[in-house]
Amino acid sequence: MKEKTMNLSNAFKSFLAFCDRWKAVIIPLLIAVAAILPQLGFSTYIIRLMCNILIYTSVGMALNLLVGYTGLVSLGNVAFFCIGAYTSAILTANCGWNFFATLPIVALTASLGGVMVGLPTLRLSGPFLSITALGFAEVIRLIAMNFMSLTNGPLGIRSIPRPNLFGLELNLFNKGFYYALLVLVLLITLFIYLLTNSKYGRALRAIKNDEIAAGLMGIRTGSYKVMAFVICSALSGIVGAFYASMIQYIEPNSFTQDNSILTLSVVVVGGMGTLRGPYLGAIILVLLPELLRGAEGLRFVIYGLALVLMMRFRPQGILGWKSPLPYKLPSPPRDAGKR
Amino acid sequence: MPLLDVNNISISFGGLAAVSGFSFHVEEGEIVSIIGPNGAGKTTVFNMLTGVYKPDAGSIKFDGVECNGLAPQEIVKLGIARTFQNIRLYKDMRVIENVIVGMHINQKYGFFDMLLRTKKFRTCEYESAKRAQQILEMVGLSQHTHDYAKNLPYGEQRKLEIARAIATSAKLLILDEPAAGMNTGESESLMHFIRTLKDKGFTILLIEHDMNVVMNISDRIYVLNYGKKIAEGLPEEIVSDPQVITAYLGVTKEGKDAAGD
Amino acid sequence: MLLQYIANGIAIGMAYAIVALGYSIVFGILRLLNFSHAAVYAFSANMILVFMGWHFGIWGAVAVSIVATGLLAVCVNQFALKPLRKKNSDKVANLITTVGASYIIQNLMVMYLGSERKTFPFFYDFGVSIDIGFYTITSAQISMFVIAGLLLVFLTLIIRKTKVGLAMRGIEQNPLAANLMGINVEWIIAIAFFMGGASAAVGGALIGGYYQLAYPSMGVMVGNKAFASAVLGGLGVLHGAAIGGLIVGVLECLIIGYLGASYRDGIAFVLLIITLIIKPAGLFGKKNITKV
Repeated sequence: MKEKTMNLSNAFKSFLAFCDRWKAVIIPLLIAVAAILPQLGFSTYIIRLMCNILIYTSVGMALNLLVGYTGLVSLGNVAFFCIGAYTSAILTANCGWNFFATLPIVALTASLGGVMVGLPTLRLSGPFLSITALGFAEVIRLIAMNFMSLTNGPLGIRSIPRPNLFGLELNLFNKGFYYALLVLVLLITLFIYLLTNSKYGRALRAIKNDEIAAGLMGIRTGSYKVMAFVICSALSGIVGAFYASMIQYIEPNSFTQDNSILTLSVVVVGGMGTLRGPYLGAIILVLLPELLRGAEGLRFVIYGLALVLMMRFRPQGILGWKSPLPYKLPSPPRDAGKR
Repeated sequence: MPLLDVNNISISFGGLAAVSGFSFHVEEGEIVSIIGPNGAGKTTVFNMLTGVYKPDAGSIKFDGVECNGLAPQEIVKLGIARTFQNIRLYKDMRVIENVIVGMHINQKYGFFDMLLRTKKFRTCEYESAKRAQQILEMVGLSQHTHDYAKNLPYGEQRKLEIARAIATSAKLLILDEPAAGMNTGESESLMHFIRTLKDKGFTILLIEHDMNVVMNISDRIYVLNYGKKIAEGLPEEIVSDPQVITAYLGVTKEGKDAAGD
Repeated sequence: MLLQYIANGIAIGMAYAIVALGYSIVFGILRLLNFSHAAVYAFSANMILVFMGWHFGIWGAVAVSIVATGLLAVCVNQFALKPLRKKNSDKVANLITTVGASYIIQNLMVMYLGSERKTFPFFYDFGVSIDIGFYTITSAQISMFVIAGLLLVFLTLIIRKTKVGLAMRGIEQNPLAANLMGINVEWIIAIAFFMGGASAAVGGALIGGYYQLAYPSMGVMVGNKAFASAVLGGLGVLHGAAIGGLIVGVLECLIIGYLGASYRDGIAFVLLIITLIIKPAGLFGKKNITKV
């Protein structure tokens, strides 16, 4: 029996080594599959589902930076998503801006929200942070509900235009919207990859592992936590903008706690602190309720069960293994090698 | 001028004086130990030195700079780094990553260097990894470079803590009970290792319960009891100090007489 | 008007306080924020309606619901949290588990009872009101205050005077030592969850009656207010939860009175965030010293 598990872990290790060696082929291949997929003649319903998966992968990726890498369990991520969606919707639908032009503003307003949650949490630990974020999300929703002149209150904002790229409308029929989201998710993944494989990412992981020890080794834990909040909120805001443009109609109740919990589940189920986790988490959690179309509450029961069962049986997430391969030492910079 | 000059530091928690009026100094290149019974306030002194607690009164001068009230990060930058009594490694990170985290303050590239993977970034990361390997070599952990910190045996974890402290480029290493939980063989080799650190130019301040270690490697010793300094001097002076014996062994008849002197 | 708002606020605040107790008791023992408490609270009010449908009569339904809700809280502990303690999981895992449990409870109710709002009987309104000069206190407000107050006193007595309470305080100080002293820690934790659940049920009956409404997601708002009360007073401190509840209740009624109802749900959070920034341990909480 023991030998069997040994064999299994060895097989897994050589599988990972294989993936690692061929990653220059495997990753472009996966991207190519994702790019060809929508051309296989699926209905708009399926395309919309695929877009949903990409949206929750992206926002999961952003939240993962906080939850998975830094160890800050935010239960109010929808706040940033909401700020982003409203900022972009107001600027495009009411002021006639181009969707892509709104994105820098979106990043700015959403990260302002991130600072507002991040700063008070410097003095808070663990669960208090979670609840502050949750409360902030609720306050944001109340503002959206009551700030009639800006958000149109409970009536919401209608006919939000689709992104327009040099005269070409990116929608679900020409699949342009899907490709925009695909580019977004890849850019976010690349960004998180670059960030986490640097002193910044190491500092965040050190904070997750032991905040006091991190501080006593010279890491400005406060600044790094706020940085994580700002990046997470800016990215979540941008994804929120895409979301608003996809569903074309937003109202305050599109942004409830349920959305935060779904995003958190994406991170937890896939694998906290990994780049691969949010992809699988989003695929599972977006598709599962669709396959089990049933009673009204069922999808949220599933999210709840997913959280409870994952924590009990595989707290690191489905894809949350720690690499058994040797650490990748940085290669010498080219010029330095010549000298 | 001493490298570390501590004058009359005091702190109390909820009205209870944990350390009162403690003064000591450490010269460059020395190994100085602070000993005392459990609860004497030794770790509290370390916590004040490293900025975890702010002393209620007194001054701490390192290299001529007043550190009282500085944030822990500033103190690390000045050149003081520590280890912890209860090991505090980044358990889910690799051994080499733990050391590289120690170099954080000396990795001087910015956010855009990171995003664009500039030459500055690549050089810095390469140099850091190379130096981390050297440090691991020095403390004798190079065979564990790729392991996860939590999988190391206990004694090796203590060594990794020292390696991480060295990585900050500190001049003064503060070691909090480095020999705790080690057997005689391990603590012998630890002693040898601490001496080599001294030879490499590090100054060392130590809390230790293992008297064998303390007496063998310390240049000078301070004894704390109930937050107050009760003795200081060379190891041989300390062993024969009646107050120290009283503090450690309790008040015996002779001890009482001696303390009364 | 000011006094009227304050009187209203005290009545509803007492109800928040007894829901807040559930957060406080569990936090005291386990250092865990039990996010499932809000759903447990909502369960109580909804079950009262179910039991009334089974012809239990309102008082019978309330009594049965108090027991059932207490047991539900115990189940959350036994099936979701206890296995994690056995595995020595980290705190984040516990937190996420309670969030998950809350979603399961709330949405099972949606599935079986429907998400719509249902009328809840105003069963403790005896139709009497006392006019004191220019403001009115209804008998319902008085009963609310008295019932909640009695429960508070009762629970405080349990924790201060009984063996179970002593064991709870022992576990709070040091679970391992308490276990070595022969305290059945798991049993005491279960009792704490039961106490929290049962008092949430009393709160559910009172608040359900006050607004004459019950629905599966009713826990979200009240749970969060109760939570804010518990944190405001200092988690783990029972009289802190009571005073926190009163502050939240009174402020809420003042906001409704002077700014309008649309902002009332935000006040708890604003208060919570300000408290956490200025006094992270709450008004009566003990400050923790960082141990290195």
